[in-house]
Amino acid sequence: MQDTLAIDAQNLARRYGRRWALADVSLRIPHGRVVMVAGRNGSGKSTLFRILSTAIRPDHGSASVLGFDLVKQRYDIRKDVALLSHYSYLYESLTAAENLQVTASHRGMSTKGLQEILDRVGLGHRANDAVHTFSAGMRKRLSFARVLLQQPRIVLLDEPYGQLDPEGFALVDEVVHELVSFGVTVLIATHQLERGGRLADDAYVLEQGRLIWSGDAKECPSC
Amino acid sequence: MSLVLAAALRKELLLQWKTRTQFMAVFVFGATSLLLFSFAVGPNSEALRLYSAGFLWLGLLLSSTLTLAESYHAEMENRALEGLLLLPSDPRALYYGKAIANWFQLALLGVGLVPVMVVLYDAGTTDLLRLLAIILLGTAGLSAPGTLYAAMTSQARAKQTLLPLLLFPLIVPALLASVKATSLVILGDPMHQLPSWISLLTAFDAIYWSLCGLLFGRVVEE
Amino acid sequence: MRKTAPSAILLAIGAYFGFVVAVAQFHGISAFSLGLPSGVIATLAAGCGVAGAIWFLFANDEVDSWVPSQVMIALALLCLLTGSYYGLFVAPPEQFMGEVQRIMYVHVPTAWNALLAMTLAFACAVIFLFRGDYKWDSRMEGAIETGVVLAFLLCCQGAIWAKPTWGVWWDWDPRLTTTAVLLFAFLGILALRKFVEDPARRAIWSAVATIIAYVDVPIVYFSVRWWNSLHQQQSSPGTVSKQFWLPLRLNAFGILFLMVAFIMLRARLASLRLKSEMAPPLPEMAELGEAV
Repeated sequence: MQDTLAIDAQNLARRYGRRWALADVSLRIPHGRVVMVAGRNGSGKSTLFRILSTAIRPDHGSASVLGFDLVKQRYDIRKDVALLSHYSYLYESLTAAENLQVTASHRGMSTKGLQEILDRVGLGHRANDAVHTFSAGMRKRLSFARVLLQQPRIVLLDEPYGQLDPEGFALVDEVVHELVSFGVTVLIATHQLERGGRLADDAYVLEQGRLIWSGDAKECPSC
Repeated sequence: MSLVLAAALRKELLLQWKTRTQFMAVFVFGATSLLLFSFAVGPNSEALRLYSAGFLWLGLLLSSTLTLAESYHAEMENRALEGLLLLPSDPRALYYGKAIANWFQLALLGVGLVPVMVVLYDAGTTDLLRLLAIILLGTAGLSAPGTLYAAMTSQARAKQTLLPLLLFPLIVPALLASVKATSLVILGDPMHQLPSWISLLTAFDAIYWSLCGLLFGRVVEE
Repeated sequence: MRKTAPSAILLAIGAYFGFVVAVAQFHGISAFSLGLPSGVIATLAAGCGVAGAIWFLFANDEVDSWVPSQVMIALALLCLLTGSYYGLFVAPPEQFMGEVQRIMYVHVPTAWNALLAMTLAFACAVIFLFRGDYKWDSRMEGAIETGVVLAFLLCCQGAIWAKPTWGVWWDWDPRLTTTAVLLFAFLGILALRKFVEDPARRAIWSAVATIIAYVDVPIVYFSVRWWNSLHQQQSSPGTVSKQFWLPLRLNAFGILFLMVAFIMLRARLASLRLKSEMAPPLPEMAELGEAV
């Protein structure tokens, strides 16, 4: 029996020192939807994504991601969930191609087809250049390539539009459409409420770690 | 696990190759330390030869804090280690990949410093195979706990002081045994004590390579 | 109160055999021995006393431990005063070493308790890694700090013994050298705790470091013993003949109870600090009854 929900989270909470970065957040996200998570800086969007990708554990609450328990079955969740984080997860002294090779080999995937992915994100001509020569926008594109390489079922994009030029913005929109056409569930955390709002089916709004609104993206009040 | 281990090892060696000028700098640091030790003792060739093994391993130990810390620099710049863990990768495989690569680099350093020791302290030996075995076992003893501790200290404050502070007391048995064994190879072993020291080193390595691998996951996962 | 009852019973048994019977026997009164051989009495005293003290440590809430720690301190003072009286004024000077030997009456108990403190730290570290309950982290911090103090005292006592006896401050005795290495290793762990701000990481990393350092202790001991045996023929401070056992045992319990008291007080401080470092529980969580 297939789970109807890609993500089913209840009362997630996480503190950093004296502050609750996330408090009592619950989500119900069906498969194949595009969900925008909006909110100001420090509202807890990144913390939420890091919890859902199992990078960190929640202090309270529970969740089921693709049917797996968030805390007890992290390994299984990681196989099918990819995170585009604030951190690029890149090795500065390696080339773009080598970075993707490292990712592919650690996942037991073939290293063929890496050039196509690099072409897709507009870095095909810089495949053999070291990452430390890249601009911030190019690093973002390479991080994107890393996410696509993993062929995930859920993609968590934390500020995907950050540091990108207008071409990059268009790239993000295209890629999201493509992913959705493959049945991938996409969560986007962003300030760019108009862009996100156009792409998304549903929206959640966070403020100071709490969920203050959720519903159809078209009706989002602060978007 | 072995798949990820091979991938991790390949990545580590690739990173080491890309940053090989830093390795050269560490080697020069090690050689300079050996020079400084001789100034501390004075131009007494007898004393220098007697303590040459100790100087070699002290120089190697000091250099190891540089290479061990450096091995995490690339991982922490952009949180690449977290990226690997999320792929997913078994933390144990990542640990052993890094520990083996660090071992390789330290052994290379040790072998490189031997000629420096021979020249500065007149401490040569023809028993090169045994010397190599001791260097391999001794550096393995440095690499295992060093790789684990460097993972912690690279994310803490005062990282340069913290790593030696944690590592040095721990590796006392490995240091003792390596120095003793090297000394016996250079100066002679009339009472056949070498096998005992080698077994101590081997036991230390076996214990710490297994223990640190088990604990690595808890250290790097949040 | 109910939780500490077993420890009170154990301590009472230990006190009876370790204190009452021992002092009576020393003065030639065997009425209290209940007909048991001295080996059994010694085992009951040591076993029940140590078990009772450790049970007392773990059974008390780590925050609400002011009164229990004062009880321990009172017991400790009683034992130490009695032990010091017997050790300094009643026990005869040793045949070869003279008055200098009296330092054994504190040196040996300090040694036992330093190792016990480190073992408790190890146990707390393992329990914390399995259970995740921060009270074990606080207790571990208390045990490490107390162990460091005891190890430092041990090195000082060793030096004080060595100087008049052998003319040198340090004689590379395997046990003392191992203690010195242990001291530095655990000082390093305290430094680690100071330099890591996130309480969760601090707890996990120092637990891992404690386990690794503790496993090293026997290895260090054997390697130093080997290393030293090639050079040293001097006898080392350690063996004490049977007639001197009373002050030794009394001081051992005294330092044990003092150690437990210090660990409790230190763990209490660590717990309170942790509470101030971590955010208070969310109101929703309090309703659900989840503890921090």
